[in-house]
Amino acid sequence: MDLLEGVSVSAGSLKMSDVIAQPVLRRRASARGAILSTLFEWLCFGAASALLAALAGLLVSLLIGGWPALHKFGFSFLTVSTWNPVTDVYGAAGPIVGTLVTAGLALALALPIAGGVAFFLTELCPGPLRRPIGTAVELLAGIPSIVYGMWGLFVFAPLFAKYVQLPLMTAAKPGSLLDTLTTGIPNGSGILPASIILAIMILPFMAATLRDLLLTVPASVRESAYGLGATTMEVVLSVSLPYIRRGAIGAVMLGLGRALGETMAVTFIIGNSHGFPTSLFDSGSTIASTIANEFTEATSDMHLSALIALGLVLFVITFVVLGLARLLIGQQERRT
Amino acid sequence: MNTLNPVVDQFETSIADVDRAEVKVDVKNLDFFYGKTKSLKGVSIPFSRNKVTALIGPSGCGKSTLLRTLNRMYALYPGQRAEGEIMLDGENILSPRTDLARLRARVGMVFQKPTPFPMSVYDNVAFGVRLYENLSKADMDARVEEALTRAALWGEVKDNLKGSGLGLSGGQQQRLCVARGVAVRPEVLLLDEPTSALDPISSAKLEETVTQLKADHTIVIVTHNLGQAARVSDYTGFMYLGELVEFGATDELFTRPATKRTSDYITGRFG
Amino acid sequence: MTVSTTLLLRRRAANASFVVFCGLVTAIALAALAAILWTLLSKGLGGVNLDVFIKATPAPNSHGGLANAILGSIGMCVAAMVMAVVIGMLAGTWLAEYGQRSRYGAVVRFMNDVLLSAPSILVGLFVYELLVHPFHSFSAIAGAVALALLAAPVITRTTEDVLSLQPTALREAGVSLGAPLALIIREILWRSARNGLLTGALLAFARISGETAPLLFTALNNQFFSFNPLKPTANLPVVIFNYALSPYDDWRNLAWAGALLIAATVLVVTIVARIVAQEQRRS
Repeated sequence: MDLLEGVSVSAGSLKMSDVIAQPVLRRRASARGAILSTLFEWLCFGAASALLAALAGLLVSLLIGGWPALHKFGFSFLTVSTWNPVTDVYGAAGPIVGTLVTAGLALALALPIAGGVAFFLTELCPGPLRRPIGTAVELLAGIPSIVYGMWGLFVFAPLFAKYVQLPLMTAAKPGSLLDTLTTGIPNGSGILPASIILAIMILPFMAATLRDLLLTVPASVRESAYGLGATTMEVVLSVSLPYIRRGAIGAVMLGLGRALGETMAVTFIIGNSHGFPTSLFDSGSTIASTIANEFTEATSDMHLSALIALGLVLFVITFVVLGLARLLIGQQERRT
Repeated sequence: MNTLNPVVDQFETSIADVDRAEVKVDVKNLDFFYGKTKSLKGVSIPFSRNKVTALIGPSGCGKSTLLRTLNRMYALYPGQRAEGEIMLDGENILSPRTDLARLRARVGMVFQKPTPFPMSVYDNVAFGVRLYENLSKADMDARVEEALTRAALWGEVKDNLKGSGLGLSGGQQQRLCVARGVAVRPEVLLLDEPTSALDPISSAKLEETVTQLKADHTIVIVTHNLGQAARVSDYTGFMYLGELVEFGATDELFTRPATKRTSDYITGRFG
Repeated sequence: MTVSTTLLLRRRAANASFVVFCGLVTAIALAALAAILWTLLSKGLGGVNLDVFIKATPAPNSHGGLANAILGSIGMCVAAMVMAVVIGMLAGTWLAEYGQRSRYGAVVRFMNDVLLSAPSILVGLFVYELLVHPFHSFSAIAGAVALALLAAPVITRTTEDVLSLQPTALREAGVSLGAPLALIIREILWRSARNGLLTGALLAFARISGETAPLLFTALNNQFFSFNPLKPTANLPVVIFNYALSPYDDWRNLAWAGALLIAATVLVVTIVARIVAQEQRRS
């Protein structure tokens, strides 16, 4: 694919003499070059459009596949929590609520910790530890989610049942709020344990992103705040954090998006029941875990369609979160 | 103030003396280290009350380093340390017992590039004040107005106090940083090449501001611009390779430099 | 200057608790992550032996390895990377060099971001509808396409980013010699950005090598070796998923060994990517 092979011009060794000495070849080459140049541009354009087509195809296939279920159950698909493959009646309220609650709880748990880690790494950590801890956090962000799921099921769940669930359930007075929140089977699986595993999973990603953002705050701006006598906390919370707020919102939203769509870390430990979760220890399901568990075993066409319709709902939720992030970021861009 | 006794020794340094009663900050025999590198060598220099003292010298001569010891900014970075004495009203600020927050309330600083915080103009100025004083809304409003007036910015921003500090022009941003510094009512104000990122008109305005501020503050300004040093300062220190080569009254130093290195530098023969 | 001492004390106390909080949560986070790695090592290392690499996945309560799954995973990942690199590099180049300011470019960029953060299980569903359902068979090809769809947006994004970081002077120098844009891009820009492009590809590879969800409905699984890309094919993530949830100890041990292999691969690839990226910065 060398466009100018006749003139032996390559960027590595551009010889001016070659170009100037061979005007005929150059003219011929530039004619060919123009055609190939256009071809190359169209190739690039085609690839970009292919990505667009892939996303469109994804949406359309979910729409087509989910249509029978959406058509049959209508709006009640979103509000009813009966999910019964035997009678072929499907309502997705359970998994939808499960998805939103686990992702929300995970974010609430992970965000302060990720922030703390990022602040520690940028402002407080003794020099020699800074790089190793930072690198460790970055590398952990890449560990496949199935590993988190297995750890959650085999290590975390038994410990959680023994040291958190049982004591809390015995301590709760019947009828109290705590009692309502902690009803369930103390086997270490359920909504809260799944949220905790999700939080641990998104933690390294959010901490690493927040740290990278904090490192972009100019030293002179931070020094100005310290120069006025501000404490570390005041510098971080009043100056550094507002400075990176655009990126920080984006990072939080991406973390939320990951938690919403995560399959493996959740499927192992959420308990996989389709009802409406009523307490923190209740077993439940998320959209992703339901699809993962049932898709290859779905027997009826309606069951399959209902699962794909669930996927469509998940797509809409994550799309809204991403769009919202864009909107927030865009508005702040205009304000400053 | 004409009690200057130029002393020329064999190393060709010349440190003029000043009225001791008027010295606000007295640096004595200061060494500074970046890790193992010694970047200030036995610097002794007095900064007088209600005067502007300029520090000049080629890049890397240690003038900014000296400035950053005066509010112990270097303490942010492990591996940097200062030895010697810096007496602020007779109290050694290098002592480990020094409360950094109180020190920095007394010694303010403005940086080379404007560093507005990502908040409104009003909040930028109030930021430092809120760290030390619980003021009522009315008192705070008055304080903000006073600081902005003293930084010669009030007229330009009084109708847009809620606007973002990042929305101002470069020159305005720098004067906002001056306002933020003086709002705390520090006794000493450190200016680290405050006009190097500004256009000539903004620079002139800032110089004007500096001249007015010395009525209330002891001012130390680091500058690359010899003309600026000559215009705004009462005393000038010339530094070279981590040493203070010459210190004296500005008109004296610029017209009759006592050492060859100083005269070479101010006539543009090096640096 | 009147300094309020109570205010100073209150601020100092707040700061002290802030410092303690940050240190504490960092310790907690590192402890949790260390616990996960420790479990992975202690449970996985015991299971890793030669058989894992040469024997096929066993029936319950019999002896075997993961060789078919490892082979399947490598095959699908390599095929996916070939597709993703071609599409991603060309698309990223278009975004950076041709369509950077166009409205269509903005749409493609946003949709690429959506695809980048779309839940991977949805990509699995899409490829199921596209390549599994119509042909009535799960297949390695479907698995590879699903993985390619996850890798391509990553490569597109990094390609666009590193190309936009190349100095304009480089392009102008090429133009001033009379070279056509396509040549400048391929011979100058791609060349000077090659470390960045390589980093992007490695990170994309790290991402897909541990993906489980999209393979569940595309490649499915196969207890035996399969060399037919149109048939269900074993792969590490799905084998791990099935074996981890099984009641058999042998299978669970294999699942841990497999998880360790995947995690180690991802870590090595990520570290290599970082080294490549650092070299770029140095040169």
